Amino acid sequence: MRMDTSDETLAQAAAAGDAAAFSALLQRVYDRLFGLAFRLTGSRTEAEDLTQDICAALPGKLSGFRGQSRFSTWLYRVTVNAAHDRRRRQASHSKAADGWGDWELARRAEAEETSEQVDWLMAAMRGLKDDLRDTLALVLDEMTHAEAADILGVSEGTISWRISEAKKHLAALRATEDRT
Amino acid sequence: MTDDLDDLKAAMKAATPRPDPAVKAAHLALAEKNFADLQGSRDGARLNSDRPRGGLWSGVRKMFATMTTRGGLVATTAIVAVAFVVLSPAGRDLLSPRDLTRPAVVEEREADEAMGLQDTLQETAEQMAEPALEAPAVAMPSPAPQAPAAELATRSRTLGQTLMKAAPADMIAPLPEADTEAFANASDNPLKITAEEPISTFSIDVDTASYAVVRNSLTNGQLPPKDAVRVEEMINYFPYDYPTPAAGEAFRSTVSVSPTPWNADTRLVQIGIQGATPETDSRPPLNLVFLVDTSGSMNQPDKLPLLKQSFALMLGQLRAEDRVAIVTYAGSAGEVLAPTPASERETILSALNRLDAGGSTAGQEGLQQAYSVADGMAGDGTLQRVILATDGDFNVGLSDPEALKDFIAQKRESGTYLSVLGFGRGNLDDATMQALAQNGNGTAAYIDTLSEAQKVLVDQLSGALFPIADDVKIQVEFNPAQVAEYRLIGYETRALRREDFNNDKVDAGEIGAGTQVTALYEITPVGSPAQLTDPLRYGQATTVAGPDELGFLRLRYKAPGESDSKLIEMPITADLPAQADAGFAAAIAGFGQLLRESTYLDDWGWDDAIALANANRGEDPFGYRAEAVQLMRLAQSLSR
Repeated sequence: MRMDTSDETLAQAAAAGDAAAFSALLQRVYDRLFGLAFRLTGSRTEAEDLTQDICAALPGKLSGFRGQSRFSTWLYRVTVNAAHDRRRRQASHSKAADGWGDWELARRAEAEETSEQVDWLMAAMRGLKDDLRDTLALVLDEMTHAEAADILGVSEGTISWRISEAKKHLAALRATEDRT
Repeated sequence: MTDDLDDLKAAMKAATPRPDPAVKAAHLALAEKNFADLQGSRDGARLNSDRPRGGLWSGVRKMFATMTTRGGLVATTAIVAVAFVVLSPAGRDLLSPRDLTRPAVVEEREADEAMGLQDTLQETAEQMAEPALEAPAVAMPSPAPQAPAAELATRSRTLGQTLMKAAPADMIAPLPEADTEAFANASDNPLKITAEEPISTFSIDVDTASYAVVRNSLTNGQLPPKDAVRVEEMINYFPYDYPTPAAGEAFRSTVSVSPTPWNADTRLVQIGIQGATPETDSRPPLNLVFLVDTSGSMNQPDKLPLLKQSFALMLGQLRAEDRVAIVTYAGSAGEVLAPTPASERETILSALNRLDAGGSTAGQEGLQQAYSVADGMAGDGTLQRVILATDGDFNVGLSDPEALKDFIAQKRESGTYLSVLGFGRGNLDDATMQALAQNGNGTAAYIDTLSEAQKVLVDQLSGALFPIADDVKIQVEFNPAQVAEYRLIGYETRALRREDFNNDKVDAGEIGAGTQVTALYEITPVGSPAQLTDPLRYGQATTVAGPDELGFLRLRYKAPGESDSKLIEMPITADLPAQADAGFAAAIAGFGQLLRESTYLDDWGWDDAIALANANRGEDPFGYRAEAVQLMRLAQSLSR
């Protein structure tokens, strides 16, 4: 019955307290959300954690969605920001944990586990700088440059430049791998 | 090029896994539950400014302490991660880019609230989510309209700034808390109104451990925990240009008044105490007992190996009639080196080098043995001191910290003092270190590098080891006719009751040979626009001793070994010349307060602190001040 209703309408109904609308909306967007989370983080466990963070907080955040942008754009912005936050936390953790016994060991073991799971593309994307990776993840997710610019809060030109930079990096990486 | 991108898209599609159905179901259930909770609690939720009792980290730390398996840690970390996104103002803002223009004040209030809420963390994740989500429901201001890209760019920049303001790194970075560090500190000394409370009393503090901890944090790329910052210890880390005491005097106090860098309408009163430097040749023989923590946790490059190097440096400073013993504690306490004259350098060095880390920590047993060795070494006119070197881990044996403090205090009465050297980070128990050193009439220093060992154990050895005045207390009475308000900067952990000043039974800090102590008051003159409180309508102007006096300084101390104190008094007048390097002390005071996020600095920031410190570097023969400027620059970058 809700299949024809747009994401935006569902989101506004959910913001007004309609639980069924909220469930339907989340069912609809969950897979895309998880996909983006995976592209942003580069590992399944990380992506699951990130998705969980967002799911847990989404009900509270939703009251702020007033339908002035596409729901997917809004949700992607939420996701990208949450991913930034996680990265920042991990960066400070790994800095602090360097050489600090068990925590460091646990972290390394975890990093090894995940690296076994990803293929070369993910590994290559992880090699990119954070801003390039975010941009690429969005554009690969059928976002236009304009939409990605909106989500990341930079100009469209910057997005185009970042994409070409990212492509250069990936091409260079592939070239090295082909040679070996 | 488009083909490339299409290839990438296809590859990415293939690489992206399908979500795990079980995980997905769990996430959806969580979201739905939170949604339902949010609807139910919408009416009841109220923001309030009351800060719930209990600290943010006590709960988390307890949780880590009780859950030590890897699985447990992973599970709890996941809960913390969720909680941080949900509970912390940072998480909330991350997920709602609309309300960036909300003033920082509101953020802080919410931060307080979120901090209190975090105590419920140990409960289940579901229980947590409930109180967490109440706030946003009522707190969300109306959204900004869809903005053009340019405006968004500005906003995403403010996002970063707002985040830093709302949630300092130590708040949103839960993982470093996996260690078990504990820091002693209290809230900033509040502003006092002279008419109501004209007298301020505190014990002096010659420790410098806090500065080294701050330096270690910053050079590791992290802002130090707020509680690790004790402003007075940072100020006291640096030597200032105080006049030396006259012959026969134990120390000399200097008072100066200068403008406050962060507030044009207030003044800084700087009280400086310079201890006398007795001729090293005439000093009494010294009996040192090194009490070395050799527990397993000491087995890291910046702990036991650094300790060995540090003690070797110190040996060079001892004289032939001094004696050294080494006691270790690790599971069982043991005397590694019987009392040996310092002239037998080789014997001492080889005993040091044989030290090996392993086993658990039993601090108390070792301490008792060290004291009994020290008692055995006591002779006519000798000084005994136990130097405890540890990473702060008193896991086993310290079931009752109070009993240990009493033990040390009792030994202090019998003439054996205790100094504590902290090594390494991770489970540095700063609070216990402080407590032990304060009760043992010694200093607590934190050694993070060999050059710090050089400063503490070589350059300032005589000060660290030879007390020239015990129980030094400072009492300042401000004149309400001249000073409307005052605030002691730092010394939060050293406050004394007014009546304790004249009570010689109450313990206070000691001054070693050649040491310096600095205390800063920020005062607001009567009629100054900076006055934060309104005068009492029915208040009586109290009697005025001398119209020109800002206040009156009283200082009590005991000569070592004596039980009756002596009193030094001097008036503080507005026309006292400013100390030549007052600017540097003020810059460091500003540095410490910025790290503590003190509210008194207004918009005086890192740039001002750096400029002020740079302008007042003076001679700086050891390069300490240049290093401080570097640290300020680091802290500035990290706090962005």
